Amino acid sequence: MITLKINGESKTVDAPPDVPLLWVLRDLLGMTGTKFGCGIAQCGACTVHLDGVAVRSCVLSIGNIGQRSITTIEGVGNSATGSRVQKAWLDIEVIQCGYCQSGQIMSASALLSATPHPSDADIDAAMAGNICRCGTYVRIREAIKKAAQAV
Amino acid sequence: MTKVEAVTRRTFLEAGLSLGGALLVGFHMPSADAAVATGEKAVFAPNAFIRIDATGKITLIMPQVEMGQGIYTAIAMILAEELDAAFDQVVVEAAPPNDKLYANPTFGLQVTGNSNSVRAFWMPLRKAAAGARAKLVQAAAQIWKVDAAGIRTDSSTAFHDTSGRRLSYAALIERANGLTAPQNPTLKDPKDFKLIGKPLKRLDTPDKVNGKVVYSIDVMPPGVKFATLAACPVFGGKVGTVDDSKAKALPGVRQVVVLDDLVAVVGDHMWAAKQGLAALNVTWNEGANASISSADVWKQVRAASQQEGAVAKTQGDAAKGLSQGELHEAVYEMPFLAHATMEPLNCTVHVTPTSCEVWVGIQVLSRAQAAAAKVTGLSLDKVTVHNQLIGGGFGRRLETDFIEKAVLIAKQVDGPVKVVYTREEDIQHDVYRPVYVDRISASLSNGRIVGWKHRIAGSAVIARWLPPAFQKGIDIDAIDSAADMPYDIPNLRVEYVRDEPPAVPTGFWRGVGPNNNVFAIETFIDELAKKSNKDPVAFRRDHLGKAPRLKAALDLAAEKAGWGTPLPARTGRGVGVQVAFGSFIAAVTQAQVDENGAVRLQRIVMAVDTGIVVNPDTVIAQLQGGMVFGLTAALYGDISIKKGRVQQSNFHDYRMLRINEMPQIEVHVIKSGEAPGGIGEAGTTAAPAALGNALFAATGIRLRRLPIDRDVLSGKKPA
Repeated sequence: MITLKINGESKTVDAPPDVPLLWVLRDLLGMTGTKFGCGIAQCGACTVHLDGVAVRSCVLSIGNIGQRSITTIEGVGNSATGSRVQKAWLDIEVIQCGYCQSGQIMSASALLSATPHPSDADIDAAMAGNICRCGTYVRIREAIKKAAQAV
Repeated sequence: MTKVEAVTRRTFLEAGLSLGGALLVGFHMPSADAAVATGEKAVFAPNAFIRIDATGKITLIMPQVEMGQGIYTAIAMILAEELDAAFDQVVVEAAPPNDKLYANPTFGLQVTGNSNSVRAFWMPLRKAAAGARAKLVQAAAQIWKVDAAGIRTDSSTAFHDTSGRRLSYAALIERANGLTAPQNPTLKDPKDFKLIGKPLKRLDTPDKVNGKVVYSIDVMPPGVKFATLAACPVFGGKVGTVDDSKAKALPGVRQVVVLDDLVAVVGDHMWAAKQGLAALNVTWNEGANASISSADVWKQVRAASQQEGAVAKTQGDAAKGLSQGELHEAVYEMPFLAHATMEPLNCTVHVTPTSCEVWVGIQVLSRAQAAAAKVTGLSLDKVTVHNQLIGGGFGRRLETDFIEKAVLIAKQVDGPVKVVYTREEDIQHDVYRPVYVDRISASLSNGRIVGWKHRIAGSAVIARWLPPAFQKGIDIDAIDSAADMPYDIPNLRVEYVRDEPPAVPTGFWRGVGPNNNVFAIETFIDELAKKSNKDPVAFRRDHLGKAPRLKAALDLAAEKAGWGTPLPARTGRGVGVQVAFGSFIAAVTQAQVDENGAVRLQRIVMAVDTGIVVNPDTVIAQLQGGMVFGLTAALYGDISIKKGRVQQSNFHDYRMLRINEMPQIEVHVIKSGEAPGGIGEAGTTAAPAALGNALFAATGIRLRRLPIDRDVLSGKKPA
């Protein structure tokens, strides 16, 4: 049994320590907002926060998390930054199919928490790990800037 | 593919259609009434697309599937426009599988593809909604005992202005139910549109920012187990032997399923299934394709391109035209491509002896139902299909192969099972955008093209996917945007040679036939401009006398892009134009190439005339995103074959364009009163040629093969 702190709540799961957080969230806890895209940390669809830092949950074993707090797309709107990012995403109408956007929003909100007014280079560095096959990148950049202005 | 004449065109049924089978899996707008009591109360269902209940709730049934292209919003806008429904109160629902009620009029079956949802449904939906509105007006006229001509409608309400009376649609439905809609209801004059043409917010996006949206991969029926699979890595190969002792010993592994050509492991979660699959000791009977490589594929298709093809279009005398003036010839080649939708292929299935329930995201809903019925042996009415919002289609979900596999696996499993492809399986068992070889020759005389011959060689996807539409050796998709290319050339011949690649299954891929043809034609036109010592924009203009809408788009794109203004060294602008999917598009791409052949995209300007625009923001978004899809292919997309297997496996070796590589993209939409065009694939087809022409302008090196080769651009390798 492993206890995880997810979106401020304690969750205990019966799973071996080597199981990646992604599958615990999705298949054991039913928190399906975090997406499977590649399984090898190449696409960013599974991005969550660990103590506020963006990480790829598909390669993060639950045994390595310890006491650190996990934030997922279901909980990111509880923070002022996460909520601003979600609003900017809708205001700019970033989203098409939406499948990658949980991960995009998680990466963007971690960026803005650490760097409230990111440059284009900051955005590139923080977001280059998130693939969007619909090609919404132009609007992702615009939405991050809009969310930053709202601070 | 817009002219599928062999396919039955079904008419749209009116009046008295039961909607009892409509699925309630659609999402709801947050602002919709929360407390809705349906059931006993009468429902006004004037046709297959509209339901109004006694509480005033208006439900619009979506015949087309939402995969990010914004079609739910566009269809809702079209219906609400002619119905005069209050848009902020409509609720949309996915249609159930039913070709009789919801067939795409172009195909005669439920298909979302070919960028034709708005084109195909524009008039049928307007008429359906206008007919429903006419009934409501008639009902109000009867109740008020006034002439219907004196009644106007707005915001789900009928008004009789001279008497100051008004009634909500909800109050009219019982009376309206007994009425008959006029055969040809009056449609709105476009100048009176209240919704169409406005950049309304999409209906499907609010739940996509908070994790609430449910794609098929997220469906969790009670007791669901999780499975992943491995098909024989060689196309067409079969399972030999399977030792599952190690897999079954792993925690969380429940079951191993062995089928003719694949193995699957079922577990308590995907990780257990994946670990179990890795622990299986499988030998494969690789079969006849085990020695096939890319070299075999290219040898075959290049040879095919030397053969005379079926004639798709002829005008004037091409042979005579080509014998005059200066002859120029070129050959262009396009690689296999995988779709790589962000949502990997998946399907959840629950099979019992008497039923089959399927949750899937699919572009061909009725075919999904038929596929599950075939595999289970159940009749159609025993097969329920829940169509979910789709995490990327791009043509991959026009196929039901993955549904058939999931149902075969589910037949062996007690209870519901979610079958999810790993990314590796998704990329290695796709249906691939075919390889193509295009041979084009043209003759130039006094700066004019006087003869033109274009031969396209490649797979006939249509022959497999829609056999009745494959006639006289012509794949109408493979020649799309080539047989009807926009340049005014007196002597012209377009041929098609069918060549099915060894081993590799082929399918539709965003942009379909025009991808290949626009790249070949627009690159060749650039070469002809160069040969004529003409500016590429001016040379195109000279030949677009019969394509005024395209010419206007070209002029606008060139102006906005600053065509002709100076650029730094190794930086170039390239132009490309196209008539595809009923839209007229010009793109100007600016890119820089460094000494090593690395490409830096800088700026893209597009101008589009796509007729009447339903939702302008969606048009812009689709062109931006479609352009990225096409640029990704041009810069990186290449599926290669070795020993009968696909060599690429995941995003590290099947690369995608990322945000740090993005140029600016500007889209300029030209106002038009023409019928709507298609837009979902047009950006994709416009991308590669404009890029290649920019790279030529930057380096003087002409690329005739995709993806672009950096070694050629750096001069290390000959072009």
